[in-house]
Amino acid sequence: MATITREEIIKPENLIYKKTSLLTNKVMHYCPGCGHGTVHRMVMEVVDEMGIQAETIGVAPVGCSVFAYDYMNIDMQEAAHGRAPALATAIKRLMPEKYVFTYQGDGDLAAIGTAETIHACNRGENFVIIFINNGIYGMTGGQMAPTTLPGMKASTCPFGRDTQIMGNPLKITELVATLPGTCYVTRHSVHTPANVRKTKRAIRKGFELSKANKGLSFIEVVSNCNSGWKMTPVQANKWMEENMFPYYPLGDIKVPAE
Amino acid sequence: MKELRLMKGNDAIAEAMIRAGSDGYFGYPITPQSEVLEYLMAQRPYDTTGMVVLQAESEVAAINMVYGGASCGKKCVTSSSSPGISLKQEGISYIAGAELPCLIVNVVRGGPGLGTIQPSQGDYFQATKGGGHGDYRLIVLAPASVQEMADFVELGFDLAFKYRNPVMILSDGVIGQMMEKVELKEQKKRWTKEEIIKIAPWATTGKTPDRERNFITSLDLDPARQERFVMKLDSKYKEIEKNEVRYETINCEDAEYLFVAYGSSARICQKAMDIARLKGIKVGIIRPITLWPFPKKPFADLAGKIKGILTVEMSLGQMVEDVRLAVNCSVKVEHYGRVGGIIPTPDEVVSVLETKIIGG
Repeated sequence: MATITREEIIKPENLIYKKTSLLTNKVMHYCPGCGHGTVHRMVMEVVDEMGIQAETIGVAPVGCSVFAYDYMNIDMQEAAHGRAPALATAIKRLMPEKYVFTYQGDGDLAAIGTAETIHACNRGENFVIIFINNGIYGMTGGQMAPTTLPGMKASTCPFGRDTQIMGNPLKITELVATLPGTCYVTRHSVHTPANVRKTKRAIRKGFELSKANKGLSFIEVVSNCNSGWKMTPVQANKWMEENMFPYYPLGDIKVPAE
Repeated sequence: MKELRLMKGNDAIAEAMIRAGSDGYFGYPITPQSEVLEYLMAQRPYDTTGMVVLQAESEVAAINMVYGGASCGKKCVTSSSSPGISLKQEGISYIAGAELPCLIVNVVRGGPGLGTIQPSQGDYFQATKGGGHGDYRLIVLAPASVQEMADFVELGFDLAFKYRNPVMILSDGVIGQMMEKVELKEQKKRWTKEEIIKIAPWATTGKTPDRERNFITSLDLDPARQERFVMKLDSKYKEIEKNEVRYETINCEDAEYLFVAYGSSARICQKAMDIARLKGIKVGIIRPITLWPFPKKPFADLAGKIKGILTVEMSLGQMVEDVRLAVNCSVKVEHYGRVGGIIPTPDEVVSVLETKIIGG
């Protein structure tokens, strides 16, 4: 059998996929197996395919994705913890011709930033919120999050979340779906290729709806945190399917009327 | 064209925000400054100049909306009163750390805590010594009239954009609520997209092929880089101290004694000075207009000529510390103030001058 050389493999006709130029070449700091890198790529592919690099302003949170602006080759702002929807509100109102999105984790969006999240959703601000829910504080080292499941262990609930003491996990996505200002509320994952494709379609739909001034699009991505969960990436994805998905079921929660 | 009106301080500052070509106002109601948001909502500048006016869900959200707008190179402003300004401190620190220009108005009321809705000058430390976390400075302007409430909006934006630094207008409940004649400036046009790109090339206006991406952040985990950044801020602050000190002196040429006061206390001291001079006491006034950078020069100019200084503040004595630093023990400095929303009378001030400074 003839050996195929590297030069033959990288011929243009063999090229079926490449990294979007809207992701920078900086090596991501995320742990192997983490979903952040995949969601970053989905967002930037959508911006690339829609041809809206010059029209898009992103807002990064505080949490593991605090350095999202290092990886996304667009203009971005880094918010204080939980305040991204307030920044995005002003950006979109002052530059209504732009596409604006926030990228937030569960602690940022559903704990310290609850007020900003709910009021931006309720006002029907025309931007997109991308909400990564892995049920734990990853960056600070695995503390309990507002979305940590009952019984789930974290460094501040080492014997598992006792809902009698620590309260219940907050289904903020279901909550914002009840508000008149949200037009599209949906929950996805990026742990299989099919789910990645669905997530990307949802992000694109959110961008298009915000451009059409339909209100706020809220896209939750249930993700893993294998480091925080103390599992291998494969174990973490299995645990997510068995435990996170029953509590946070995937699919559309609210869709705009056709 | 220029226009004379009889206006409340809070209404005048709101009108000046529109006329200065502001792009966005974000606020939350609190006494004694709710008229600012009320006035703007009644004027509907979004229909005329295109200025965005939004009542936020909290002071925290309002200052973070200012952060978002300022990051786009827009002229953004928020206003509040003392307890609300405490809530804004997180955002103010981030704005200073991200080197963003913006305007913050504090119409001060009495504290601590919920305190009172009556006037006070108890937020001097918070405004001039930090307030939020980290090494940073605000440029602090102290209006003593309704006219200055209006004038300091444009001045504040000019300084904010010149130095990429937040500017605070530190007013008080007296100046906010009282009515005076005010000459309003002509309506300025809001900056166009092209002007913003020229004035604020760092702003998040959308990444175009002709430049690298712009990102606004106050974060750097590399100690050496972060130290360099904070030192860069420090050299900016030194530049501001060199260039932007503002103050007024009244009757200081022949003065043997001085009142030092800002804002509404300076107005009270003017009357006190008139009463004292009728009694033959040669007293003058130094009125700091920038509280940071604090004006040290007028004290140096008068060194050796002055027998005693009385600072008058509606607080337990905050600015008095900066006055003592400025004179460096070369002359006696005493403080007189009322708190809890009580406004000192000119007669009280003269009697304290006579007992604590002249007779003391």
